[in-house]
Amino acid sequence: MASIMEISRLRKSFGSVRAVDDISFEIPEGICFGLLGPNGAGKTTTIEMMEGILAPSAGNIFYRGNPIDRRFKERVGIQFQSTALPEFITVKETLELFRAFYPNPRSVDDVVDICSLGEFIDRDNRKLSGGQRQRLLLGIAIIPFPDIVFLDEPTTGLDPQARRNFWSLIERIRNEKTTVVLTTHYMDEAELLCDEVAIMDHGHILELDTPERLLQKHFEGAVVTIPNQDDLSGLPEGSRVVDDHVEIVSNNLDTTVKQLLENHRDLDGLNIHKPDLEDLFIKLTGSSLRA
Amino acid sequence: MHAFIAMFKARTMEFVRDRGTFLWNVLFPIVLVFGFAFAFSGQETTAFKVGVLGSPEGEVPFMEIEEVDFVRYGEGGATDSARGVDTAAAVDRLRRHELDMVIDFTDNAYYINEESSTGPILRRLFEGGLAAAEERASTPGFTEKAVSGEPIRYVDWLVPGVIGMNMMFSCLFGIGFVLVRYRKNGVLKRFKATPVSALNFLSAQAASRLIIVIITSIVVYSGTNAFLNFVMNGAYINLLLVTTLAIISMISIGLLFASRLKSEELASGLLNLVTFPMLIFSGVFFSLEGTPQLLQSFSRALPLTHFIEAARAIMLEGAGFFEVAPNMLYLGVFSAIVLFVSSLMFRWE
Repeated sequence: MASIMEISRLRKSFGSVRAVDDISFEIPEGICFGLLGPNGAGKTTTIEMMEGILAPSAGNIFYRGNPIDRRFKERVGIQFQSTALPEFITVKETLELFRAFYPNPRSVDDVVDICSLGEFIDRDNRKLSGGQRQRLLLGIAIIPFPDIVFLDEPTTGLDPQARRNFWSLIERIRNEKTTVVLTTHYMDEAELLCDEVAIMDHGHILELDTPERLLQKHFEGAVVTIPNQDDLSGLPEGSRVVDDHVEIVSNNLDTTVKQLLENHRDLDGLNIHKPDLEDLFIKLTGSSLRA
Repeated sequence: MHAFIAMFKARTMEFVRDRGTFLWNVLFPIVLVFGFAFAFSGQETTAFKVGVLGSPEGEVPFMEIEEVDFVRYGEGGATDSARGVDTAAAVDRLRRHELDMVIDFTDNAYYINEESSTGPILRRLFEGGLAAAEERASTPGFTEKAVSGEPIRYVDWLVPGVIGMNMMFSCLFGIGFVLVRYRKNGVLKRFKATPVSALNFLSAQAASRLIIVIITSIVVYSGTNAFLNFVMNGAYINLLLVTTLAIISMISIGLLFASRLKSEELASGLLNLVTFPMLIFSGVFFSLEGTPQLLQSFSRALPLTHFIEAARAIMLEGAGFFEVAPNMLYLGVFSAIVLFVSSLMFRWE
């Protein structure tokens, strides 16, 4: 598959802080690409450079083989992490306002239909709930029939139902063959939506692959967790304290459980699960998500 | 163009629907004008005020009347506000009812305003005094010259100031403060992510504000004029022209503030720092005549001074286009320079 965007040796410094430090990757056309990481990992800085909003300190960004230029803005849809909307105008008027900026915009009815804006179409922007707001912002992003849509933490702060609702909207947009670039610190969201993920921390990309391959590469077996213990001696190799519990990556559950019993560990609160991106993240960064 | 119209519409709707701002912009100046009209009505002094040019030869009993306040014009003993002003200036003040009579001893003539109720009383006092004096000595006869003109109330003088003040607040806060808020809360960033150019965006904001302030100024003027019937000796078209230029100059200052600032608190502080001196030193509420030279020079640099001066000249003195052209030129040049600087300085973020 041809790549729609190519990022090469990208770097961004704010004073002496390197928010993004020499990262390179390609995004194949039509996929959902996830940038994962805790707050401060450099996700937003990276995505805003790709959007053309922030100028890189060094490195190159190519869109279909060419550096991004003015025309690029007509081809992309953007949803920022936090954006206020013009006040005192309704959802419908907001869509009409943004339609005026693009040469061949999607009709208001289509946007309303795709993003389910119908029930609050005549409501003032200031009176929208968090979920409604995010849907409207996504609606604005898809107005130009974009080739690529950037979504920066679109579900942060939403309740579980609104998040699920939003995921189905993203699936709808993907079905139109639109490339989606998404940042999130929710690993379940990434696992569900993304074809490829880049795990970032401290401005670096730690891993980049499909979620399945990443899990295969890093884990065999299961993850066993038990409540935190004061004394870690005698626990299986690779045990680590994460927040209020101890996590053990186990290749053989029989051996692991036996080992715990021999150590007279309290097995109340024992939990065994299939490793997910959250576990991978903890393994890679040595810490739990700084959400 | 399509984008421009859409942004113009959105910004204008925002203004009209934001009732708080809307009322503040329209009702406040109207209330202010009526308030001042009421506060300063019926406060005319009981003493007569007579302008005097030259010195009387021989005995003029009229000059001894204690209830008359004599203001000297021309050489010798001139009062502070009248220093160096000649007959024409004195007669002008008579026309505006600021004087009740003018006696010119150098010409043996006196002037009264036909439209003033004080004229006939003063004439009788003056002639009666002369007649009595003539019986005893040889005082030359005086010729009467009549002038006419409506009285100018404080409110006539004040109304250009109030409209100027309102336009200043509306443009500086409506452009400066609002754009800073847009920058802070990410609205500008959202626009930056579209193909719209900064110039297009800012022009739409400025055009919307220009139309809004022109309309509110007209509403404030005609709304109060309907009841107070302001003195209007000039042409409305000139007044509209000078008003439009003044609004553009205020918008340009607003845009300068909007070009970089990110903090609403800082913006509001700086805007107050600029609006308050303008409010005080542009002659909105009181004339700066007779204040120190340094202050007057500072006042001449403020665009609001030029608007208020030109509007008063048109309304009260019937000044024509060419008489207020220097003020308009100043406003035009000021706007051009400030707009140019703000366009260079502007950043979306």
